[in-house]
Amino acid sequence: MKATRDAFGEAIAALGEKNPRIVVLDADLGKSTMTGAFMKRFPERHFELGIAESNMIGAAAGLALCGKIPFVTSFACFLIGRLETIRVAVAYNQTNVKMVGTHAGLGIGEDGPSQMGLEDLGALRSLPHVTLLQPGDAEETRQIVAWAAEHKGPVYIRLTRQKVPDVHSGGYQWKLGRLDPVFTPAGETEHFQASVLAGGGTLEGAIDAAKALEKKGFSVRVFNAPTIKPLDSTDVLDAARNSNRLVSVEDHSVVGGLGSAVAEVLAGAGLPAPLIRLGATRFGESGTGAELYSKYGLSSEHIQDACIRNIPQ
Amino acid sequence: MAQAIQSVNIPRLEKIARELRVDVIRMLEAAGSGHPGGSFSEMEILVALYFHRLRHDPKNPAWEGRDRLILSKGHGCPGLYACLARAGYFPHEELASLRKIGSRLQGHPDRLRLPGIEVSTGSLGQGLSMAIGMALAAKLDGASWRTYCILGDGEIQEGQIWEAAMAAPKFNLDNLTVILDHNNGQIDGPVEEIMPLAPLPEKWKAFNWHVQCIDGHDFKEIFAALETADAVQGKPHAILAKTVKGKGVSFMEHQIEWHGKAPNREQAEKAVAELAGKPD
Ligand SMILES: Cc1ncc(C[n+]2csc(CCOP(=O)(O)OP(=O)(O)O)c2C)c(N)n1
Ligand SMILES: [Mg+2]
Repeated sequence: MKATRDAFGEAIAALGEKNPRIVVLDADLGKSTMTGAFMKRFPERHFELGIAESNMIGAAAGLALCGKIPFVTSFACFLIGRLETIRVAVAYNQTNVKMVGTHAGLGIGEDGPSQMGLEDLGALRSLPHVTLLQPGDAEETRQIVAWAAEHKGPVYIRLTRQKVPDVHSGGYQWKLGRLDPVFTPAGETEHFQASVLAGGGTLEGAIDAAKALEKKGFSVRVFNAPTIKPLDSTDVLDAARNSNRLVSVEDHSVVGGLGSAVAEVLAGAGLPAPLIRLGATRFGESGTGAELYSKYGLSSEHIQDACIRNIPQ
Repeated sequence: MAQAIQSVNIPRLEKIARELRVDVIRMLEAAGSGHPGGSFSEMEILVALYFHRLRHDPKNPAWEGRDRLILSKGHGCPGLYACLARAGYFPHEELASLRKIGSRLQGHPDRLRLPGIEVSTGSLGQGLSMAIGMALAAKLDGASWRTYCILGDGEIQEGQIWEAAMAAPKFNLDNLTVILDHNNGQIDGPVEEIMPLAPLPEKWKAFNWHVQCIDGHDFKEIFAALETADAVQGKPHAILAKTVKGKGVSFMEHQIEWHGKAPNREQAEKAVAELAGKPD
Protein backbone atom coordinates (compact mmCIF):
# COMPACT_ATOMS: atom_id res chain seq x y z
CA MET A 1 0.00 0.00 0.00
CA LYS A 2 1.29 3.40 -0.94
CA ALA A 3 -0.26 6.71 -1.96
CA THR A 4 0.61 7.45 -5.56
CA ARG A 5 1.68 10.94 -4.45
CA ASP A 6 4.33 9.28 -2.27
CA ALA A 7 5.50 7.16 -5.17
CA PHE A 8 5.72 10.32 -7.26
CA GLY A 9 7.90 12.02 -4.64
CA GLU A 10 10.37 9.14 -4.72
CA ALA A 11 10.28 8.87 -8.50
CA ILE A 12 10.93 12.54 -9.20
CA ALA A 13 13.84 12.64 -6.74
CA ALA A 14 15.40 9.60 -8.44
CA LEU A 15 14.87 11.04 -11.92
CA GLY A 16 16.46 14.31 -10.87
CA GLU A 17 19.67 12.39 -10.38
CA LYS A 18 19.62 11.07 -13.95
CA ASN A 19 18.37 14.12 -15.77
CA PRO A 20 19.72 17.56 -14.83
CA ARG A 21 17.10 19.26 -17.00
CA ILE A 22 14.31 18.29 -14.62
CA VAL A 23 13.13 21.13 -12.39
CA VAL A 24 10.28 21.17 -9.87
CA LEU A 25 7.93 24.07 -9.12
CA ASP A 26 5.70 24.23 -6.05
CA ALA A 27 2.89 26.46 -4.81
CA ASP A 28 3.12 26.03 -1.03
CA LEU A 29 1.91 22.43 -1.14
CA GLY A 30 5.21 20.60 -1.53
CA LYS A 31 4.68 18.88 1.81
CA SER A 32 1.49 17.38 0.39
CA THR A 33 2.61 16.72 -3.18
CA MET A 34 5.76 15.09 -1.80
CA THR A 35 8.45 17.08 -3.57
CA GLY A 36 10.51 17.36 -0.37
CA ALA A 37 13.11 14.74 -1.33
CA PHE A 38 13.73 16.42 -4.69
CA MET A 39 14.02 19.80 -3.01
CA LYS A 40 16.55 18.48 -0.50
CA ARG A 41 18.74 16.88 -3.13
CA PHE A 42 18.48 19.55 -5.81
CA PRO A 43 17.69 22.83 -4.05
CA GLU A 44 18.93 24.85 -7.03
CA ARG A 45 16.45 23.06 -9.31
CA HIS A 46 13.49 23.53 -7.00
CA PHE A 47 11.41 26.71 -7.19
CA GLU A 48 8.87 27.66 -4.52
CA LEU A 49 6.41 30.08 -6.12
CA GLY A 50 4.10 30.53 -3.13
CA ILE A 51 0.31 30.33 -3.21
CA ALA A 52 0.17 31.55 -6.81
CA GLU A 53 -0.63 28.69 -9.15
CA SER A 54 -1.14 30.70 -12.35
CA ASN A 55 2.28 32.23 -12.03
CA MET A 56 3.79 28.83 -11.31
CA ILE A 57 2.31 27.34 -14.47
CA GLY A 58 3.38 30.29 -16.58
CA ALA A 59 6.91 30.18 -15.17
CA ALA A 60 7.05 26.47 -15.95
CA ALA A 61 6.14 27.19 -19.55
CA GLY A 62 9.01 29.68 -19.74
CA LEU A 63 11.44 27.17 -18.26
CA ALA A 64 10.25 24.57 -20.75
CA LEU A 65 10.77 26.96 -23.66
CA CYS A 66 14.40 27.23 -22.55
CA GLY A 67 15.07 23.51 -22.48
CA LYS A 68 14.13 22.58 -18.91
CA ILE A 69 11.67 19.84 -18.03
CA PRO A 70 9.46 21.43 -15.40
CA PHE A 71 7.17 19.44 -13.12
CA VAL A 72 4.59 21.72 -11.47
CA THR A 73 2.73 20.31 -8.50
CA SER A 74 -0.35 21.26 -6.50
CA PHE A 75 -3.72 19.79 -5.62
CA ALA A 76 -5.56 18.81 -8.80
CA CYS A 77 -8.35 21.29 -8.04
CA PHE A 78 -5.99 24.25 -7.76
CA LEU A 79 -4.12 23.38 -10.95
CA ILE A 80 -7.24 23.23 -13.08
CA GLY A 81 -8.47 26.33 -11.29
CA ARG A 82 -5.97 27.94 -13.67
CA LEU A 83 -7.45 26.34 -16.78
CA GLU A 84 -7.03 29.28 -19.10
CA THR A 85 -3.39 29.68 -18.13
CA ILE A 86 -2.89 25.98 -18.86
CA ARG A 87 -4.81 26.39 -22.10
CA VAL A 88 -2.53 29.06 -23.50
CA ALA A 89 0.83 28.72 -21.71
CA VAL A 90 0.91 24.92 -21.84
CA ALA A 91 -1.50 23.45 -24.40
CA TYR A 92 -1.61 26.09 -27.13
CA ASN A 93 2.12 26.77 -26.88
CA GLN A 94 2.72 23.02 -26.61
CA THR A 95 5.30 23.61 -23.92
CA ASN A 96 7.00 20.64 -22.32
CA VAL A 97 5.31 21.13 -18.95
CA LYS A 98 4.46 18.20 -16.67
CA MET A 99 1.54 18.99 -14.38
CA VAL A 100 1.14 16.85 -11.29
CA GLY A 101 -2.25 17.13 -9.60
CA THR A 102 -2.54 15.32 -6.27
CA HIS A 103 -5.53 14.88 -3.94
CA ALA A 104 -7.73 13.39 -6.60
CA GLY A 105 -11.38 13.04 -5.77
CA LEU A 106 -13.54 12.16 -2.80
CA GLY A 107 -10.78 9.90 -1.52
CA ILE A 108 -9.05 12.83 0.20
CA GLY A 109 -11.75 12.71 2.88
CA GLU A 110 -11.95 15.22 5.72
CA ASP A 111 -10.67 18.39 4.02
CA GLY A 112 -13.90 18.40 2.06
CA PRO A 113 -15.25 19.49 -1.31
CA SER A 114 -13.20 22.63 -1.91
CA GLN A 115 -9.99 20.56 -1.88
CA MET A 116 -11.22 17.63 -4.00
CA GLY A 117 -10.02 17.34 -7.58
CA LEU A 118 -13.22 16.13 -9.23
CA GLU A 119 -13.23 17.99 -12.54
CA ASP A 120 -9.56 17.99 -13.55
CA LEU A 121 -9.81 15.27 -16.19
CA GLY A 122 -12.99 16.68 -17.69
CA ALA A 123 -11.52 20.16 -17.97
CA LEU A 124 -8.14 19.07 -19.31
CA ARG A 125 -9.47 16.40 -21.65
CA SER A 126 -10.97 19.14 -23.79
CA LEU A 127 -7.54 20.70 -24.39
CA PRO A 128 -5.55 19.52 -27.42
CA HIS A 129 -2.00 18.19 -26.98
CA VAL A 130 -2.25 17.27 -23.28
CA THR A 131 -1.67 13.62 -22.28
CA LEU A 132 -3.72 12.64 -19.21
CA LEU A 133 -2.49 9.83 -16.98
CA GLN A 134 -3.67 8.32 -13.71
CA PRO A 135 -1.39 5.62 -12.29
CA GLY A 136 -3.01 2.82 -10.32
CA ASP A 137 -0.20 2.02 -7.91
CA ALA A 138 3.37 2.83 -6.90
CA GLU A 139 5.08 0.81 -9.64
CA GLU A 140 2.95 2.33 -12.35
CA THR A 141 3.55 5.81 -10.93
CA ARG A 142 7.31 5.29 -11.23
CA GLN A 143 6.96 4.23 -14.86
CA ILE A 144 4.56 7.02 -15.77
CA VAL A 145 6.67 9.74 -14.18
CA ALA A 146 9.76 8.44 -16.02
CA TRP A 147 7.81 8.34 -19.29
CA ALA A 148 6.51 11.87 -18.77
CA ALA A 149 10.06 13.17 -18.28
CA GLU A 150 11.10 11.62 -21.61
CA HIS A 151 7.96 12.50 -23.56
CA LYS A 152 8.04 15.81 -25.44
CA GLY A 153 4.83 17.70 -24.75
CA PRO A 154 2.36 18.58 -22.01
CA VAL A 155 1.43 15.82 -19.57
CA TYR A 156 -0.96 15.79 -16.64
CA ILE A 157 -0.53 13.16 -13.93
CA ARG A 158 -3.37 12.60 -11.46
CA LEU A 159 -2.43 11.21 -8.04
CA THR A 160 -4.10 10.02 -4.87
CA ARG A 161 -3.70 11.39 -1.37
CA GLN A 162 -4.75 8.06 0.12
CA LYS A 163 -2.81 4.82 0.07
CA VAL A 164 -3.71 2.36 -2.68
CA PRO A 165 -2.73 -1.32 -2.92
CA ASP A 166 -0.03 -2.58 -5.27
CA VAL A 167 -1.78 -4.16 -8.22
CA HIS A 168 1.36 -4.82 -10.24
CA SER A 169 4.27 -7.15 -9.65
CA GLY A 170 7.85 -7.07 -10.97
CA GLY A 171 7.54 -7.63 -14.69
CA TYR A 172 4.82 -5.08 -15.36
CA GLN A 173 5.29 -2.72 -18.29
CA TRP A 174 2.97 0.28 -18.58
CA LYS A 175 1.88 1.15 -22.12
CA LEU A 176 0.43 4.49 -23.18
CA GLY A 177 -3.25 4.30 -24.08
CA ARG A 178 -3.70 0.64 -23.24
CA LEU A 179 -5.98 -1.03 -20.75
CA ASP A 180 -4.22 -3.17 -18.21
CA PRO A 181 -6.01 -6.33 -16.99
CA VAL A 182 -5.59 -6.54 -13.23
CA PHE A 183 -8.18 -9.19 -12.41
CA THR A 184 -9.65 -12.05 -14.43
CA PRO A 185 -11.91 -14.62 -12.75
CA ALA A 186 -10.52 -18.17 -12.65
CA GLY A 187 -11.45 -20.37 -15.60
CA GLU A 188 -13.18 -17.72 -17.67
CA THR A 189 -11.45 -16.63 -20.87
CA GLU A 190 -14.08 -16.01 -23.54
CA HIS A 191 -17.04 -14.04 -22.34
CA PHE A 192 -17.73 -12.05 -19.23
CA GLN A 193 -20.73 -10.71 -17.40
CA ALA A 194 -18.97 -7.38 -17.13
CA SER A 195 -15.68 -5.63 -17.71
CA VAL A 196 -14.93 -2.95 -15.15
CA LEU A 197 -12.65 -0.07 -16.04
CA ALA A 198 -11.20 1.67 -13.00
CA GLY A 199 -8.17 3.71 -12.03
CA GLY A 200 -6.39 5.35 -9.11
CA GLY A 201 -8.50 5.26 -5.96
CA THR A 202 -11.27 3.10 -7.43
CA LEU A 203 -9.16 0.10 -8.45
CA GLU A 204 -9.23 -1.53 -5.04
CA GLY A 205 -13.03 -1.48 -4.85
CA ALA A 206 -13.33 -2.73 -8.42
CA ILE A 207 -11.10 -5.74 -7.77
CA ASP A 208 -12.91 -6.42 -4.53
CA ALA A 209 -16.25 -6.30 -6.36
CA ALA A 210 -15.08 -8.72 -9.07
CA LYS A 211 -13.84 -11.17 -6.45
CA ALA A 212 -17.10 -10.98 -4.52
CA LEU A 213 -19.08 -11.55 -7.72
CA GLU A 214 -16.86 -14.47 -8.69
CA LYS A 215 -17.96 -16.20 -5.49
CA LYS A 216 -21.55 -15.60 -6.53
CA GLY A 217 -20.90 -17.12 -9.95
CA PHE A 218 -20.53 -13.97 -12.05
CA SER A 219 -17.49 -13.55 -14.26
CA VAL A 220 -16.24 -10.01 -14.04
CA ARG A 221 -12.94 -8.72 -15.32
CA VAL A 222 -11.20 -5.59 -14.05
CA PHE A 223 -9.02 -3.33 -16.14
CA ASN A 224 -6.82 -0.60 -14.82
CA ALA A 225 -7.21 2.37 -17.17
CA PRO A 226 -4.16 4.54 -16.49
CA THR A 227 -4.43 6.56 -19.70
CA ILE A 228 -7.41 8.87 -19.90
CA LYS A 229 -6.09 10.53 -23.05
CA PRO A 230 -5.15 9.31 -25.62
CA LEU A 231 -7.29 6.25 -24.90
CA ASP A 232 -6.60 3.42 -27.36
CA SER A 233 -9.92 2.25 -28.78
CA THR A 234 -8.83 -1.36 -29.50
CA ASP A 235 -8.79 -2.53 -25.89
CA VAL A 236 -12.03 -0.78 -25.05
CA LEU A 237 -13.83 -2.29 -28.03
CA ASP A 238 -12.42 -5.75 -27.26
CA ALA A 239 -13.61 -5.51 -23.70
CA ALA A 240 -17.04 -4.40 -24.88
CA ARG A 241 -17.33 -7.28 -27.35
CA ASN A 242 -16.28 -9.86 -24.77
CA SER A 243 -18.64 -8.68 -22.05
CA ASN A 244 -22.35 -8.23 -21.54
CA ARG A 245 -21.62 -4.75 -20.33
CA LEU A 246 -18.90 -2.28 -19.46
CA VAL A 247 -18.74 -0.50 -16.13
CA SER A 248 -16.54 2.52 -15.57
CA VAL A 249 -15.82 3.68 -12.04
CA GLU A 250 -13.84 6.79 -11.27
CA ASP A 251 -13.22 9.10 -8.36
CA HIS A 252 -14.02 12.07 -10.57
CA SER A 253 -17.11 13.72 -11.91
CA VAL A 254 -19.12 11.21 -13.88
CA VAL A 255 -19.04 13.80 -16.65
CA GLY A 256 -15.89 14.30 -18.65
CA GLY A 257 -13.50 11.69 -17.30
CA LEU A 258 -12.82 8.01 -18.00
CA GLY A 259 -16.46 7.01 -18.41
CA SER A 260 -17.05 9.75 -20.92
CA ALA A 261 -13.88 8.79 -22.83
CA VAL A 262 -15.10 5.17 -22.99
CA ALA A 263 -18.56 6.26 -24.12
CA GLU A 264 -16.99 8.27 -26.92
CA VAL A 265 -15.01 5.26 -28.11
CA LEU A 266 -18.13 3.06 -28.13
CA ALA A 267 -20.25 5.64 -29.89
CA GLY A 268 -17.51 6.38 -32.38
CA ALA A 269 -17.29 2.72 -33.32
CA GLY A 270 -21.07 2.38 -33.50
CA LEU A 271 -20.95 -0.43 -30.98
CA PRO A 272 -24.25 -0.73 -29.12
CA ALA A 273 -22.70 -1.96 -25.86
CA PRO A 274 -24.23 -1.12 -22.50
CA LEU A 275 -21.99 1.10 -20.39
CA ILE A 276 -22.70 1.95 -16.79
CA ARG A 277 -20.72 4.93 -15.57
CA LEU A 278 -20.03 5.38 -11.87
CA GLY A 279 -18.58 8.67 -10.68
CA ALA A 280 -19.39 11.75 -8.67
CA THR A 281 -22.63 13.48 -9.61
CA ARG A 282 -22.33 16.31 -7.06
CA PHE A 283 -19.77 18.04 -4.87
CA GLY A 284 -18.52 15.88 -2.02
CA GLU A 285 -18.32 16.58 1.69
CA SER A 286 -16.07 15.95 4.66
CA GLY A 287 -15.83 12.39 5.98
CA THR A 288 -13.47 9.46 5.72
CA GLY A 289 -12.56 8.37 2.21
CA ALA A 290 -14.30 5.04 2.72
CA GLU A 291 -17.48 6.68 3.99
CA LEU A 292 -17.52 8.97 1.00
CA TYR A 293 -17.02 6.14 -1.50
CA SER A 294 -20.06 4.45 0.08
CA LYS A 295 -22.21 7.55 0.19
CA TYR A 296 -21.33 8.73 -3.31
CA GLY A 297 -21.64 5.45 -5.14
CA LEU A 298 -18.06 4.27 -5.63
CA SER A 299 -17.85 1.39 -3.15
CA SER A 300 -17.38 -2.29 -3.96
CA GLU A 301 -21.11 -2.79 -3.36
CA HIS A 302 -22.02 -0.13 -5.89
CA ILE A 303 -19.67 -1.66 -8.43
CA GLN A 304 -21.12 -5.12 -7.87
CA ASP A 305 -24.58 -3.76 -8.36
CA ALA A 306 -23.54 -1.99 -11.57
CA CYS A 307 -22.14 -5.28 -12.89
CA ILE A 308 -25.29 -7.34 -12.42
CA ARG A 309 -28.37 -5.17 -12.07
CA ASN A 310 -30.98 -5.29 -14.80
CA ILE A 311 -30.51 -2.72 -17.49
CA PRO A 312 -33.90 -1.46 -18.64
CA GLN A 313 -34.14 -1.74 -22.41
CA MET B 1 -22.11 53.77 14.85
CA ALA B 2 -19.90 51.81 17.18
CA GLN B 3 -19.61 52.49 20.87
CA ALA B 4 -16.47 54.26 22.02
CA ILE B 5 -13.56 51.92 22.75
CA GLN B 6 -13.72 52.84 26.43
CA SER B 7 -17.06 51.10 26.71
CA VAL B 8 -15.76 47.75 25.48
CA ASN B 9 -15.50 45.09 28.16
CA ILE B 10 -12.10 43.77 27.10
CA PRO B 11 -11.60 41.22 29.89
CA ARG B 12 -14.89 39.63 28.79
CA LEU B 13 -13.65 39.35 25.23
CA GLU B 14 -10.31 37.94 26.37
CA LYS B 15 -12.18 35.29 28.31
CA ILE B 16 -14.30 34.42 25.30
CA ALA B 17 -11.22 34.12 23.10
CA ARG B 18 -9.62 31.75 25.59
CA GLU B 19 -12.73 29.61 25.81
CA LEU B 20 -13.12 29.47 22.06
CA ARG B 21 -9.50 28.34 21.73
CA VAL B 22 -10.43 25.46 24.04
CA ASP B 23 -13.40 24.71 21.78
CA VAL B 24 -11.07 24.62 18.79
CA ILE B 25 -8.68 22.22 20.51
CA ARG B 26 -11.57 19.90 21.40
CA MET B 27 -13.01 20.05 17.89
CA LEU B 28 -9.73 19.24 16.21
CA GLU B 29 -8.91 16.47 18.63
CA ALA B 30 -12.28 14.86 17.92
CA ALA B 31 -11.93 15.35 14.18
CA GLY B 32 -8.37 14.06 14.00
CA SER B 33 -7.46 16.73 11.45
CA GLY B 34 -7.87 20.45 10.83
CA HIS B 35 -6.06 23.76 11.16
CA PRO B 36 -5.15 25.09 14.62
CA GLY B 37 -2.39 27.57 13.67
CA GLY B 38 -4.53 29.93 11.62
CA SER B 39 -7.58 29.45 13.85
CA PHE B 40 -5.59 30.83 16.77
CA SER B 41 -3.89 33.69 14.97
CA GLU B 42 -7.26 35.03 13.80
CA MET B 43 -9.10 34.47 17.09
CA GLU B 44 -9.03 37.98 18.62
CA ILE B 45 -10.03 39.47 15.27
CA LEU B 46 -13.05 37.16 15.04
CA VAL B 47 -14.02 37.68 18.68
CA ALA B 48 -13.78 41.47 18.32
CA LEU B 49 -16.06 41.28 15.30
CA TYR B 50 -18.64 38.74 16.45
CA PHE B 51 -18.94 39.78 20.08
CA HIS B 52 -18.81 43.51 19.74
CA ARG B 53 -18.45 44.95 16.34
CA LEU B 54 -20.64 43.20 13.78
CA ARG B 55 -24.26 44.09 13.34
CA HIS B 56 -25.71 40.64 13.05
CA ASP B 57 -28.55 38.52 14.35
CA PRO B 58 -27.76 34.85 14.98
CA LYS B 59 -31.50 34.13 15.14
CA ASN B 60 -31.97 35.69 11.74
CA PRO B 61 -28.81 34.96 9.77
CA ALA B 62 -30.38 36.17 6.53
CA TRP B 63 -31.22 39.63 7.94
CA GLU B 64 -30.55 41.99 5.04
CA GLY B 65 -29.09 44.75 7.18
CA ARG B 66 -26.33 42.58 8.65
CA ASP B 67 -22.65 43.29 8.21
CA ARG B 68 -21.00 40.68 6.00
CA LEU B 69 -17.90 38.79 7.07
CA ILE B 70 -15.97 36.61 4.67
CA LEU B 71 -13.33 34.27 6.03
CA SER B 72 -11.38 34.08 2.81
CA LYS B 73 -8.73 31.86 4.43
CA GLY B 74 -11.38 29.18 4.77
CA HIS B 75 -9.15 26.62 6.45
CA GLY B 76 -9.34 28.83 9.56
CA CYS B 77 -12.97 27.76 9.98
CA PRO B 78 -12.60 25.95 13.32
CA GLY B 79 -12.07 29.39 14.88
CA LEU B 80 -15.07 30.74 12.99
CA TYR B 81 -17.30 27.77 13.92
CA ALA B 82 -16.46 28.24 17.61
CA CYS B 83 -17.50 31.91 17.33
CA LEU B 84 -20.72 31.13 15.49
CA ALA B 85 -21.73 28.49 18.02
CA ARG B 86 -21.00 30.81 20.92
CA ALA B 87 -22.93 33.61 19.25
CA GLY B 88 -25.93 31.30 18.92
CA TYR B 89 -26.03 30.37 15.25
CA PHE B 90 -26.14 26.67 16.08
CA PRO B 91 -25.82 24.45 19.18
CA HIS B 92 -22.44 24.21 20.85
CA GLU B 93 -22.62 20.39 20.85
CA GLU B 94 -22.51 20.45 17.08
CA LEU B 95 -18.87 21.56 17.19
CA ALA B 96 -17.95 17.95 17.92
CA SER B 97 -19.17 16.93 14.47
CA LEU B 98 -16.43 18.88 12.66
CA ARG B 99 -15.26 17.09 9.49
CA LYS B 100 -17.50 14.07 10.12
CA ILE B 101 -19.73 12.65 7.44
CA GLY B 102 -23.11 14.38 7.29
CA SER B 103 -21.91 17.31 9.42
CA ARG B 104 -22.77 20.93 8.70
CA LEU B 105 -19.26 21.74 9.88
CA GLN B 106 -17.23 20.98 6.79
CA GLY B 107 -13.44 20.99 6.63
CA HIS B 108 -13.82 24.35 4.91
CA PRO B 109 -16.85 26.65 5.40
CA ASP B 110 -19.98 25.81 3.44
CA ARG B 111 -22.62 28.54 3.27
CA LEU B 112 -25.35 26.20 2.06
CA ARG B 113 -24.96 23.91 5.04
CA LEU B 114 -24.24 26.18 8.00
CA PRO B 115 -26.09 29.34 9.05
CA GLY B 116 -23.80 32.32 9.54
CA ILE B 117 -21.39 31.44 6.73
CA GLU B 118 -21.58 34.18 4.11
CA VAL B 119 -19.43 32.50 1.48
CA SER B 120 -18.08 28.99 0.97
CA THR B 121 -14.32 29.29 0.82
CA GLY B 122 -11.30 26.99 0.83
CA SER B 123 -9.69 27.93 -2.44
CA LEU B 124 -7.42 30.75 -1.33
CA GLY B 125 -7.47 34.12 -3.04
CA GLN B 126 -11.15 34.39 -3.93
CA GLY B 127 -12.75 36.03 -0.90
CA LEU B 128 -11.71 39.61 -1.53
CA SER B 129 -13.31 39.69 -4.97
CA MET B 130 -16.59 38.47 -3.48
CA ALA B 131 -16.26 41.05 -0.72
CA ILE B 132 -15.93 43.74 -3.39
CA GLY B 133 -19.12 42.48 -5.00
CA MET B 134 -20.93 42.74 -1.69
CA ALA B 135 -19.58 46.22 -0.99
CA LEU B 136 -20.66 47.32 -4.47
CA ALA B 137 -24.14 45.91 -3.82
CA ALA B 138 -24.39 47.81 -0.54
CA LYS B 139 -23.44 51.04 -2.31
CA LEU B 140 -25.97 50.39 -5.07
CA ASP B 141 -28.69 49.88 -2.48
CA GLY B 142 -27.62 52.83 -0.37
CA ALA B 143 -27.29 50.39 2.54
CA SER B 144 -25.16 51.11 5.59
CA TRP B 145 -23.92 47.60 6.33
CA ARG B 146 -20.20 46.93 5.97
CA THR B 147 -18.22 44.10 4.47
CA TYR B 148 -15.27 42.57 6.30
CA CYS B 149 -12.84 40.17 4.69
CA ILE B 150 -10.19 38.21 6.57
CA LEU B 151 -7.19 37.22 4.47
CA GLY B 152 -4.17 35.03 5.21
CA ASP B 153 -0.67 36.33 4.52
CA GLY B 154 0.12 33.27 2.42
CA GLU B 155 -3.20 33.72 0.69
CA ILE B 156 -2.34 37.21 -0.56
CA GLN B 157 0.31 35.66 -2.81
CA GLU B 158 -2.58 34.82 -5.13
CA GLY B 159 -2.80 37.13 -8.13
CA GLN B 160 -6.57 37.52 -7.77
CA ILE B 161 -6.00 39.30 -4.46
CA TRP B 162 -4.08 42.04 -6.23
CA GLU B 163 -6.65 42.29 -8.99
CA ALA B 164 -9.17 42.91 -6.23
CA ALA B 165 -6.79 45.28 -4.45
CA MET B 166 -6.69 47.35 -7.64
CA ALA B 167 -10.45 47.32 -8.10
CA ALA B 168 -11.70 48.28 -4.62
CA PRO B 169 -10.19 51.81 -4.59
CA LYS B 170 -11.48 52.43 -8.09
CA PHE B 171 -15.00 52.09 -6.72
CA ASN B 172 -14.22 54.05 -3.53
CA LEU B 173 -15.32 51.12 -1.41
CA ASP B 174 -14.95 52.72 2.02
CA ASN B 175 -17.58 50.25 3.25
CA LEU B 176 -15.05 47.43 2.81
CA THR B 177 -12.49 46.47 5.44
CA VAL B 178 -9.82 43.87 4.87
CA ILE B 179 -8.12 42.40 7.90
CA LEU B 180 -4.90 40.59 7.12
CA ASP B 181 -3.97 37.81 9.54
CA HIS B 182 -0.25 38.44 9.23
CA ASN B 183 1.16 35.45 11.12
CA ASN B 184 4.18 34.90 8.88
CA GLY B 185 3.34 31.23 8.44
CA GLN B 186 1.98 29.15 5.59
CA ILE B 187 2.31 25.42 4.84
CA ASP B 188 5.78 24.89 3.46
CA GLY B 189 7.48 27.43 5.71
CA PRO B 190 7.60 31.03 6.95
CA VAL B 191 5.95 33.48 4.56
CA GLU B 192 9.13 35.52 4.23
CA GLU B 193 10.92 32.44 2.90
CA ILE B 194 8.16 31.08 0.68
CA MET B 195 7.32 34.39 -0.98
CA PRO B 196 8.49 37.64 0.61
CA LEU B 197 5.71 40.23 0.99
CA ALA B 198 7.62 43.21 2.30
CA PRO B 199 7.11 46.09 2.15
CA LEU B 200 3.50 45.23 2.82
CA PRO B 201 1.95 48.50 4.09
CA GLU B 202 3.60 50.28 1.16
CA LYS B 203 2.08 47.79 -1.30
CA TRP B 204 -1.48 48.38 -0.06
CA LYS B 205 -0.87 52.13 0.14
CA ALA B 206 0.44 52.13 -3.42
CA PHE B 207 -2.81 50.45 -4.44
CA ASN B 208 -4.66 53.40 -2.83
CA TRP B 209 -5.98 51.74 0.30
CA HIS B 210 -6.31 53.33 3.72
CA VAL B 211 -3.80 51.25 5.67
CA GLN B 212 -3.37 50.63 9.41
CA CYS B 213 -0.86 48.32 11.08
CA ILE B 214 -1.83 46.81 14.42
CA ASP B 215 -1.17 43.98 16.87
CA GLY B 216 -3.87 41.48 15.93
CA HIS B 217 -4.10 40.03 19.44
CA ASP B 218 -4.65 43.38 21.18
CA PHE B 219 -8.38 44.14 21.40
CA LYS B 220 -7.76 47.85 22.00
CA GLU B 221 -5.77 48.14 18.81
CA ILE B 222 -8.30 46.08 16.85
CA PHE B 223 -11.22 48.26 17.95
CA ALA B 224 -9.30 51.49 17.40
CA ALA B 225 -8.46 50.40 13.86
CA LEU B 226 -12.04 49.36 13.11
CA GLU B 227 -13.32 52.71 14.35
CA THR B 228 -10.80 54.66 12.35
CA ALA B 229 -11.82 52.63 9.32
CA ASP B 230 -15.41 53.72 9.88
CA ALA B 231 -14.40 57.34 10.03
CA VAL B 232 -12.12 57.52 6.99
CA GLN B 233 -14.12 57.97 3.80
CA GLY B 234 -13.43 57.46 0.14
CA LYS B 235 -11.05 54.50 0.33
CA PRO B 236 -11.23 50.81 1.21
CA HIS B 237 -9.51 49.89 4.45
CA ALA B 238 -6.68 47.44 5.01
CA ILE B 239 -5.88 46.53 8.60
CA LEU B 240 -2.60 44.66 8.61
CA ALA B 241 -2.73 42.70 11.86
CA LYS B 242 0.54 41.27 13.12
CA THR B 243 -0.36 37.93 14.68
CA VAL B 244 1.23 34.77 16.02
CA LYS B 245 0.38 31.50 14.32
CA GLY B 246 -0.85 29.06 16.99
CA LYS B 247 -1.31 31.94 19.48
CA GLY B 248 -2.28 30.87 22.99
CA VAL B 249 -0.80 27.39 23.12
CA SER B 250 2.94 27.50 23.83
CA PHE B 251 3.93 24.46 21.81
CA MET B 252 1.97 25.63 18.78
CA GLU B 253 3.09 29.25 18.68
CA HIS B 254 5.24 30.06 15.64
CA GLN B 255 5.45 26.35 14.76
CA ILE B 256 4.83 25.76 11.05
CA GLU B 257 3.98 22.10 11.68
CA TRP B 258 0.82 23.18 13.52
CA HIS B 259 -0.64 24.77 10.41
CA GLY B 260 -2.80 21.79 9.59
CA LYS B 261 -2.47 19.12 12.22
CA ALA B 262 -4.80 18.03 15.01
CA PRO B 263 -3.57 17.57 18.56
CA ASN B 264 -3.71 14.05 19.96
CA ARG B 265 -5.34 13.41 23.33
CA GLU B 266 -2.23 14.22 25.34
CA GLN B 267 -1.44 17.38 23.41
CA ALA B 268 -5.05 18.48 23.65
CA GLU B 269 -5.04 18.10 27.43
CA LYS B 270 -1.84 20.04 27.67
CA ALA B 271 -3.23 22.82 25.49
CA VAL B 272 -6.49 23.02 27.43
CA ALA B 273 -4.67 23.10 30.76
CA GLU B 274 -2.52 25.95 29.50
CA LEU B 275 -5.49 27.90 28.22
CA ALA B 276 -7.40 27.34 31.46
CA GLY B 277 -4.43 28.43 33.54
CA LYS B 278 -4.29 31.88 32.02
CA PRO B 279 -5.59 34.53 34.50
CA ASP B 280 -9.16 35.66 34.08
C1 LIG C 1 -5.74 28.25 -4.23
C2 LIG C 1 -5.21 27.44 -3.10
N1 LIG C 1 -3.96 26.96 -3.17
C3 LIG C 1 -3.48 26.20 -2.16
C4 LIG C 1 -4.26 25.92 -1.07
C5 LIG C 1 -3.75 25.00 0.02
N2 LIG C 1 -3.51 25.74 1.28
C6 LIG C 1 -4.39 25.69 2.30
S1 LIG C 1 -3.92 26.63 3.60
C7 LIG C 1 -2.51 27.11 2.81
C8 LIG C 1 -1.57 28.06 3.49
C9 LIG C 1 -2.27 29.32 3.86
O1 LIG C 1 -1.45 30.23 4.48
P1 LIG C 1 -2.09 31.55 5.05
O2 LIG C 1 -2.93 32.19 4.02
O3 LIG C 1 -0.97 32.38 5.58
O4 LIG C 1 -3.05 31.04 6.20
P2 LIG C 1 -2.80 30.95 7.79
O5 LIG C 1 -1.34 31.15 8.05
O6 LIG C 1 -3.60 32.05 8.38
O7 LIG C 1 -3.29 29.61 8.21
C10 LIG C 1 -2.43 26.52 1.54
C11 LIG C 1 -1.32 26.70 0.60
C12 LIG C 1 -5.56 26.44 -1.06
N3 LIG C 1 -6.41 26.16 -0.04
N4 LIG C 1 -6.01 27.19 -2.06
MG1 LIG D 1 -0.21 32.83 7.39
